[in-house]
Amino acid sequence: MASSLLDRVWDAHTVRTLPSGQTQLLIGLHLIHEVTSPQAFQALRELQVPVRMPGRTFATLDHIIPTTAQQRPFADEVAEEMAVHLTRNAQASGVPFFGLDSGRQGIVHVIGPELGLTQPGMTIACGDSHTATHGAVGAVAFGIGTSQVRDVLATQCLAMAKPKLRQVRVDGALSKGVYAKDVILAIIRALGVQGGVGYAYEYAGPVIDRMTMEERLTLCNMSIEGGARFGYVNPDQITFDYLRGRPYAPQGDAFDRAVTWWKGMASDATAAYDDVKRLDGSAIPPMVTWGINPGQSVGVGERIPSPESAPEPERATYREGLAHMGFEAGQPIAGAKIDVVFIGSCTNSRISDLRVAAAVAKGNRVAKGVRALVVPGSQQVAQAAEAEGLHETFRAAGFEWRNAGCSMCLGMNDDKLRGREMSASTSNRNFIGRQGSPTGRTLLMSPAMAAAAALNGAVTDVREMMR
Amino acid sequence: MSDSARRQVVGRGIPIPGNDIDTDRIIPARFLKTVTNEGLGLHAFEDARKHDPEHPFNQKAYEGAAVLVAGMNFGCGSSREHAPESLKQWGIKAIVGGSFGEIFFGNCTMLGIPCLSISQEDVLWLQRAVGRDPRQAVTVDVERQEVRFGDRVIPARVPDGARNQLVSGSWNATGVLLDAGPAIEATAGRLPYVKGF
Repeated sequence: MASSLLDRVWDAHTVRTLPSGQTQLLIGLHLIHEVTSPQAFQALRELQVPVRMPGRTFATLDHIIPTTAQQRPFADEVAEEMAVHLTRNAQASGVPFFGLDSGRQGIVHVIGPELGLTQPGMTIACGDSHTATHGAVGAVAFGIGTSQVRDVLATQCLAMAKPKLRQVRVDGALSKGVYAKDVILAIIRALGVQGGVGYAYEYAGPVIDRMTMEERLTLCNMSIEGGARFGYVNPDQITFDYLRGRPYAPQGDAFDRAVTWWKGMASDATAAYDDVKRLDGSAIPPMVTWGINPGQSVGVGERIPSPESAPEPERATYREGLAHMGFEAGQPIAGAKIDVVFIGSCTNSRISDLRVAAAVAKGNRVAKGVRALVVPGSQQVAQAAEAEGLHETFRAAGFEWRNAGCSMCLGMNDDKLRGREMSASTSNRNFIGRQGSPTGRTLLMSPAMAAAAALNGAVTDVREMMR
Repeated sequence: MSDSARRQVVGRGIPIPGNDIDTDRIIPARFLKTVTNEGLGLHAFEDARKHDPEHPFNQKAYEGAAVLVAGMNFGCGSSREHAPESLKQWGIKAIVGGSFGEIFFGNCTMLGIPCLSISQEDVLWLQRAVGRDPRQAVTVDVERQEVRFGDRVIPARVPDGARNQLVSGSWNATGVLLDAGPAIEATAGRLPYVKGF
């Protein structure tokens, strides 16, 4: 019978069916960080249960670390305490830890694929909602809460209900100046911020087939913003080429055996889906959010919609979005004034993102009064960018070049908006207060669009600068 | 029946109007800078409460409420379990809503907080009814999948797996998962990547 990747991975990792009817699902790769793991380790100590398979969990620091001076102890005492807890918990339980001195530290969803830890056919869990990022290589990856982090540490398993499966097909070809970020924002606008609740999204079609692995990582990263806890792309030659030679990928003959198994995990052409949604990739423009959730977006050439144009149940959120952002319905999004630019986050902090932003910035200057940060996703990304001189390009243009971390995506370190500042951000959430100021405002967009906004001090169609 | 069974929750209601209330809204990230869960209840909806003096969590009428009545997609966004933990510490024992962010729903279940879905019309009716009579108890019947207020019975839904966990008291899954014993290692042993191909 024809099967999907979701079916195959689920079946291969099923330990048993639980009395509740849920699946006891084995987790092949568990990633932890300093914010959602300390209470889980504490629970294990209280239960007097050891970490079941320490070699299948990997730890890093990303959420709270400063991206400026990183000497220990951190100036922020609570951040220091959280770093100490993670280091100690990892060491005491035998969990490999990528600390600041490892050369491999970074945002958990950047380093997993980068190190080859993330592989096709795996189940992957992490106490972070953007874990579907790892689905880009053909894994079943999903975010969990701290009680579930406890369960994975204690049992290497989770009690899970299998999601339904939706294929999201993007046909045609993307035009110049349009990126994976624009595709996922367009998908979320079309299907809604809760359209994916209960589903795994399988992204497919010519646009996805042609995407690089880093573009697929950006795409899958924001699945949760459309409500889908899981999102994946079937593994193909692009996947295998990306993984070959990475430190934790199989080496030599083992790699060839792995490719055979990985190919066998992909969905059959005749696999069954609960439903299929289609988008025309050729029609997607550079996207910008105007409101307070990632579904409230428009093409850069469009006007901000009126609440009356929305379905009745969404109108209140539209009004709330307009009020928080200080926008009027009917106003063009292009030209909206920007105070801060943030290029980074698990969505858009990889080397290809930085290259695109640097190409826009090169030879130009950040507009007067605009604070612009570039925060690489990992130490390895930073190193690669510096080897290419991208940091010099950014600095010459007036951007700050920082160390790796989550930074202003969620403002848990010093990188925060102040007051009502308006940010052009390559991150994934424009929720009220998300970037560290309760009244701060966020416009989500691609790295190219964010760089263009930095130079002009306002939302700008980057395609006009590429001519 | 074990103490942990959540067959039904009875308590006064508190309406949280609006859709797409994300977990950043429920508890802003700066309160996640901690290695324990201590005091999280103090910060439930902190910024929303400061912004809006009329926020339900500021109103005396709703003090002691245990059943939160929310709109669509409540708890979307970040996986932070600090969000349901803060609501729990504030006193919330069950949530009734139009729909729920999936990770938030799972986290609530793991904390023994039932989340029941009802229709959008019923959400609006129940929010108004609770607003009119905040002292009247709401009954959240997990087993029968219904919500009762006064003489009104509202049909509700909870996915089977979560309902079985809540009703049987097995929502804290660690023990049940450990019961699988060596079958866990056996499953791992059949996966080629665990053996290094």
